[in-house]
Amino acid sequence: MSKAHDVPVPSAAYDAASAAVEAALAAGARYADARLVDRRTESMTARDGDVRTLDQATTAGLGVRALVGSSWGFAALGDPDGDAACRTTGARATAIAQASAAVAGPDVDLLPAQAHVDTWASDCAEDPFAVSLAEKGDLLTGVTATMRAAGVAVAEALYQAWDTRTAFVSSEGARIGQHIRECGAGMHCLTVGEDETQRRSYPAFRGQYGTRGWELVRELDLPAHAERIAAEATALLTAPPCPSGHTTLVLGGEQLSLQIHESVGHAVELDRILGWEAAYAGTSWLDLERLGSLRYGSELMTITIDPTLPGALGSFGYDDEGTPAQRRYAVRDGIWVGVLGGRDSAAVAGLTDTGSVRADGYARMPMVRMTNVGFEPGPHSLEEIVAATDDGVLMEHNRSWSIDDRRLNFQFGCEIGYEIKDGRRGRMLRNPTYTGIGPRFWASLDMLAGGDEWRAWGTPNCGKGQPGQVGHTGHGAAPARFTDVRVGVRG
Amino acid sequence: MTAEDLTAQLLEQVRRQAGPGAEAVVRVEDADLALTRFAGSAIHQNTAESRRTLHLQLTVDGGRTAAASTTRARDAAGLVEATLAAARLRPRDPAWPGAAGAAPLVVASVADPATAGADPALRARLVGDFVAAAGGLATAGYVQTSSVDAVLATTAGQHVHGSATTAACDGIARLPGADGVARQVAAAVGELDCAALGARAAAKARAGTDPSPVDPGRWPVVLEPTAVADVVAGLLTGQFHARAALDGTGGLRHGEQQFDPAVSLADPAGLGLPFDPEGTPRRPVELVRAGVPVGLTSDRRTAAATGGTSTGHGGPASATWGPVATDAALAPGPGGSVDDLVAGLERGLLVTDVWYTRVLDQKRSVWTGLTRNGVWLVEDGRVVRPVSTLRFTQSYLEALAPGAVTVGSQVQALPRTLTPTAWGTHRVAVPALALASWNITGNAAG
Repeated sequence: MSKAHDVPVPSAAYDAASAAVEAALAAGARYADARLVDRRTESMTARDGDVRTLDQATTAGLGVRALVGSSWGFAALGDPDGDAACRTTGARATAIAQASAAVAGPDVDLLPAQAHVDTWASDCAEDPFAVSLAEKGDLLTGVTATMRAAGVAVAEALYQAWDTRTAFVSSEGARIGQHIRECGAGMHCLTVGEDETQRRSYPAFRGQYGTRGWELVRELDLPAHAERIAAEATALLTAPPCPSGHTTLVLGGEQLSLQIHESVGHAVELDRILGWEAAYAGTSWLDLERLGSLRYGSELMTITIDPTLPGALGSFGYDDEGTPAQRRYAVRDGIWVGVLGGRDSAAVAGLTDTGSVRADGYARMPMVRMTNVGFEPGPHSLEEIVAATDDGVLMEHNRSWSIDDRRLNFQFGCEIGYEIKDGRRGRMLRNPTYTGIGPRFWASLDMLAGGDEWRAWGTPNCGKGQPGQVGHTGHGAAPARFTDVRVGVRG
Repeated sequence: MTAEDLTAQLLEQVRRQAGPGAEAVVRVEDADLALTRFAGSAIHQNTAESRRTLHLQLTVDGGRTAAASTTRARDAAGLVEATLAAARLRPRDPAWPGAAGAAPLVVASVADPATAGADPALRARLVGDFVAAAGGLATAGYVQTSSVDAVLATTAGQHVHGSATTAACDGIARLPGADGVARQVAAAVGELDCAALGARAAAKARAGTDPSPVDPGRWPVVLEPTAVADVVAGLLTGQFHARAALDGTGGLRHGEQQFDPAVSLADPAGLGLPFDPEGTPRRPVELVRAGVPVGLTSDRRTAAATGGTSTGHGGPASATWGPVATDAALAPGPGGSVDDLVAGLERGLLVTDVWYTRVLDQKRSVWTGLTRNGVWLVEDGRVVRPVSTLRFTQSYLEALAPGAVTVGSQVQALPRTLTPTAWGTHRVAVPALALASWNITGNAAG
């Protein structure tokens, strides 16, 4: 399991986390874990040729989770000053759990797990924090100036980088250090017409991200695409609107990645299925009694849960309750076979699907989150898919997304569409949208691309939980074809 | 070390390391956020966080700016050193508006000691009130208390201190196929009536069982305050700020009768800190007066670009998302209660809540989303049956057009995140609305 041992966290971090766990147990917890997290972030935005913002942040602190009876408590403290502060935070977590018992639920047990002692670090060829700000600024100002010069109303670009070191200690003996580096970048432009705005982005509508270094940003080659997306945004203003009706729909890989995220990834979260997120994120249309038999989509639909994917944004060595990363199936040959779960939710459900519990920094309670949830490469190419389509619409790059609280009824808007007639890509179409019901939509999947058109797309802004948590997820996807889909919904 | 002492130390470090020509905004925030979450009528997640954060925005050479923050409160010198290094390396920003100078606060801090000191036992009791009032229905939701105390100073002479608290309860009651919702936000936890919220949510759920679909099309609707909050939030985030006006992405027609005369909207600046992270005192802003757009929220950059003065709506995301209002109030009208508005509907829909709304076209403010927590068919002024989940695709600007709106009389203060915030919640205080046309574009069957 160990990888690239670079001593991800200092030994003092384990000591601080251990002190918190000991205090939580001494105060009455039957289980406790603690994470001492040191996260450094950097982001820059540029607009119309100028750097607009440069933000750097260090969020360092301690988060402690304590289980008393059937109730959890979680306490967090920024930058604890010594063992005493760690112990106080540990005892506070237990006290909060004890207060929870005033409105207690059924018994909570944790699925038994091996207590790992290990370290893990993500691969990073070029540390994004070591690349000069001047070079990073030149990249963003250059591409926004190019787009602006091409006549768009607004041109923006950004990069973001995260460097997170975590020491995890549990009352069962786990002691895990992780060092994860993530970064990514993107750009977009807006054109404004008489009655509407148009947008084009590259490489995705909020950029592309991974657990990699600055080499990822270099590979994106933003400058090579700035003029093109500016020209497309201008052309969209006068393009014909996407027709309304039912047709064959071809999705680009980036759009398919968000389709997976919204209508598969969230739907297979076990906390949603159990009703733990009912009031906010929602529930799921999936019924655990049909796990292993429910047809989710066509036989071409195989979706994995795989936090071991090198470089993907949802990758890690261990989740935030100490479970090692492992590859599993969520949907196999169209049948629903797996969920995203944690030690408590899996125990309640009578399953063994753990390893998907993550927290947004030290100050948030770990909860069920996506890791990398996506397709593996398919047998076709986009060119083959278009050539095999007599009449349809190709849609690329997400512009809006909306799905109901059971993850069934969705509507997506894309930035750009193209008519497909007689196996050839035709006119550009503006304001393309499509809508559908999850299992019917996935049942209509009949072609999937692969090869170098497959990519693990990163989603750096998956919101869930209260208080709100931002998750980083990955989604393997490539262009795909769906039949008889309703397109062209308008307001 | 007190926040005042730490602020002074940061300013001194700026002068020492960056020299007298540097401009800086320093802010020290002490925040507590606690949230008790329940599902299946039991508390399942219960969290509390305390943190001190040092924020620094530093500008050298009249336009090379970097911003940084840290929870390592003992490292003020390191924060300044790193921020200065970053500022010196970035390109100069020709539109840098300068740091805020001395200006007195316009609104007072609204901070409740009982809320700041609320413990998990109090929050558990409030959860218990909601659960008990639901009369045996399964419940889910949260009770939150938060407090923030901040000191801000600039090298240009601004020096302010403020405090704020918020308390919120948001929950649903559940029956098979039907959820009911109720929510409330206040500055003081003592103002929360969680029992009333639980009872209201349960009544809604009981009235919503066995829903069936209706046909898509344009429907007259009554939106309850929980749904109206989304319309107002959508307009605030996409329309009523100076960034949208400058970029031309907004669709407001200032000075014209764009909305029904019954519509008046403002940011009263009544909840939250009394100054923004740039140091500008937040001030009340009138946005729509009797259906006529009359104002926009702004930060220092957009105010400078438009030749005005900042309204105190700067923030971490204002450079990209725009300087969005953080406290919204839609004025009540003569329409009476929700029942009164329903009584005026010949045939239409009563919508409690909406969900996952996303903008399709910013300029026309076209949004798509779904109903949630209850929809009912109304005929001859009476609710006749529950309706299953509906998708809509609707221009929020056009929904409020002249002649299309009746505004209810009873305002609810609802929790809402209007722009990214590290603590607490914002407030949207709105009445119910009866609207002449709402574009239903699908239902649970597609």
